[in-house]
Amino acid sequence: MSSTTTSTITAKAAQGFEPRIMAFVCNWCTYTGADLAGTSRLHMAHNVRIVRLPCTGRIDPLFIIKAFERGADGVIVSGCHPADCHYSVGNYHARRRFAIGRGLLKFFGIDERRLTFSWVSASEGKKWADVVNETTARIQGLGAFDAFRNLTEDWK
Amino acid sequence: MARIGVFVCHCGENIGRTVDCARVAQALGELPGVAHAADYKYMCSDPGQALVKQAIVEKKLDGVVVAACSPHMHEKTFRRTVSSAGLNPFLCEMANIREHCSWIHEDCEAATVKATDLARFMIEKVKHNVPLQPIRIPITRRALVIGAGISGIQAALDIADGGRDVVLVEKEPSIGGHMSQLSETFPTLDCSQCILTPRMVEVYQHPRIKLYSYSEVDAVEGYIGSFTVRIRRKARSVDESKCNGCGECQKVCPNRKIPSEFDVGLGKRSAIYVPFPQAVPNIPVIDRENCALYKGRARGAKKQACGRCAEACGRQAIDYDQQDSFVTEKVGAIIVATGYQLYSIGKQQEAENLKGYGEYGYGRIPDVIDGLQFERLASASGPTSGKILRPSDGKEPKTIAFLQCIGSRDPAKGMEYCSKICCMYVAKHTMLYHHKVHDGKAVVFYMDIRAAGKGYDEFARRAIEESHALYLRGRVSKMYREGDVIKVFGVDTLSGEPVVIDADMVVLATAMRPQPGIEALAQKLSISYDGHGFINEAHPKLRPVETNTAGVFVAGACQSPRDIPDSVAMASATASKVLGLFSAEELEREPLVAHIDPALCVGCFHCERVCAYGAIEHKEIRDKNDNLIKIVAEVNSGVCQGCGTCQATCPSKADELEGFTDQQIYAEINAF
Repeated sequence: MSSTTTSTITAKAAQGFEPRIMAFVCNWCTYTGADLAGTSRLHMAHNVRIVRLPCTGRIDPLFIIKAFERGADGVIVSGCHPADCHYSVGNYHARRRFAIGRGLLKFFGIDERRLTFSWVSASEGKKWADVVNETTARIQGLGAFDAFRNLTEDWK
Repeated sequence: MARIGVFVCHCGENIGRTVDCARVAQALGELPGVAHAADYKYMCSDPGQALVKQAIVEKKLDGVVVAACSPHMHEKTFRRTVSSAGLNPFLCEMANIREHCSWIHEDCEAATVKATDLARFMIEKVKHNVPLQPIRIPITRRALVIGAGISGIQAALDIADGGRDVVLVEKEPSIGGHMSQLSETFPTLDCSQCILTPRMVEVYQHPRIKLYSYSEVDAVEGYIGSFTVRIRRKARSVDESKCNGCGECQKVCPNRKIPSEFDVGLGKRSAIYVPFPQAVPNIPVIDRENCALYKGRARGAKKQACGRCAEACGRQAIDYDQQDSFVTEKVGAIIVATGYQLYSIGKQQEAENLKGYGEYGYGRIPDVIDGLQFERLASASGPTSGKILRPSDGKEPKTIAFLQCIGSRDPAKGMEYCSKICCMYVAKHTMLYHHKVHDGKAVVFYMDIRAAGKGYDEFARRAIEESHALYLRGRVSKMYREGDVIKVFGVDTLSGEPVVIDADMVVLATAMRPQPGIEALAQKLSISYDGHGFINEAHPKLRPVETNTAGVFVAGACQSPRDIPDSVAMASATASKVLGLFSAEELEREPLVAHIDPALCVGCFHCERVCAYGAIEHKEIRDKNDNLIKIVAEVNSGVCQGCGTCQATCPSKADELEGFTDQQIYAEINAF
């Protein structure tokens, strides 16, 4: 299967760069907001793959680093608006971690612009589509994230 | 080697139209660890589920991935299916290839690749799933109902009649809500108070209902089956246990010129007042902002500025020093029924999108009123005793212009939604007007007549045919006062002619909005709300009265604009949900909670600091000689809600959230 995906991606890349973006979203706000985007049939870029977590508070910054290591060109982190967290305060913890984790990205040699942090509520299907489209466009502008891949090549 | 079964659903054409499901199944079938892969038209149907069960048994599957709709839709369905085939339900995961894929993409190739990816992530995740057993917790069989309008009253009575105790909280001094303000109700024209007040009395006298009027929910803790609610009892300045509702205090109050909230500013009340004569409980409250005594205190006057009500009270019920008090109630379920407010143009301009409609002169021209004010004019208990008299000079208006959709269906200046009840109540208003002022002329400016409902369209037709209301399809551009009349400039779009009406009075059918403060309440309850503040239901069709927080239900106009029959139906639905919940001996909860490995835990208790629920406890580890080795963190799984914040915080990786373990998530990421 992987070969199917890879070949497709390569084929696409020839026409125009199609980034691969991973999204870590909370179950209650953004995942449901993305569901709403679906039920509202809001067409959007197909580059984002969602990983569902109970809360943005569950997000370990290493998930983001790992995603880049595994070939993601961009990452989205999205949860409930401040004060609206299903678990009261999980998103605040996520926000703090994000503030610190952002600096960590630079240390790892990852351009900060590859990471999107947003609040999308369960009723903001349209906003989710905008986040997906804007992030995709931004990453397309930045090109593929190949710093890690090149390193591996060097080591070979 | 794992033996995973993958089931790709076409969802009729919903998925199949954009995603090549057969190709997805075939590709997934070739992955290591996948023992079975199939696609089917409707996986959630009976034969679809049978396919899953059959494969589990025949292929001895140890994990199942269903690539179909959102897990919010059918995760429970498929976990039950899996369970009935003898597999632990938590070994089943869903890949969302409908809402997150087929419905949002047009490119079939890209959608097929994405669907394969999404399913592949879940296959890798499910390889790390472990069997889990549901957690059983006891239930407190009492319900809290917030808001005692018609929805709250109905829900409280249904639950109480079903044999369970109810705590009913109302922020106003009396229960009854907006329905108590209405004159007559569509489509039967029966008197609102006549059908409502007996229900209000029933609430007050019901042995299973504990009513807190003039009270608000201050804080909520806990979870389904076991909420702890702190209720603020606002100071009435009247001792409820002593007052017998004789009304002597109100007769002597010197300040009698305060606009009555109940009469929407058209009538006056005293500073110590009951909102209306049929109020339940019939116990007055002192409006401290307008009371001479409290105003004197605020000025720092040494002498007591007034005290006539206390002197008049034969039962010493007046307590000027009363303070807000708090009570704590334990309940197992909560119903939110906080109702609506009308978009009061000219007054509420707090948000950018509410700045429209200055051209209608509401607040400046006294004879421009809103629908609720017209109800008070038409009501026998209203300021004019049911006579239609205009506010400016008390004359009987001979021409009234009714303007529909003020603030509704207008994304540019108001709300984009339809307020649903206005078409019907405007039709009712024209009929009430015709019944009371026989030679009066009602002119209605409308966008569409939306009269869907039993007997509704017939009712709207009656307004036109029997009460001779002139319905003009078009909007009004401006209005101003000229002499004795209000010049209304509109258009009749069906004839294409501009229209100018000399109206004696104008009634604006303004939009319905949720109550102010709804967001703060929703945040206390951890339930979500939309951009307008209306509470979100768990599913618009299949779970319309539940919220996303288990044990919290929603009824009436706080969820979306609703009329009385809808609100009552919804309230009864919540009551039946609550009674269903209370019928079980114990509650089963999903075991998606955190666990801490005592061997790895270093006892830093970072987890305790980030836990919003106080679910982390201290546990002593001792050797066989009872010497203390270390103190570690332990999760109380009855209290843990499964957010996973503790796990992401744990520096020694001792903490694992079931269902979302590091292994599971890294497996998903690695599959990228």
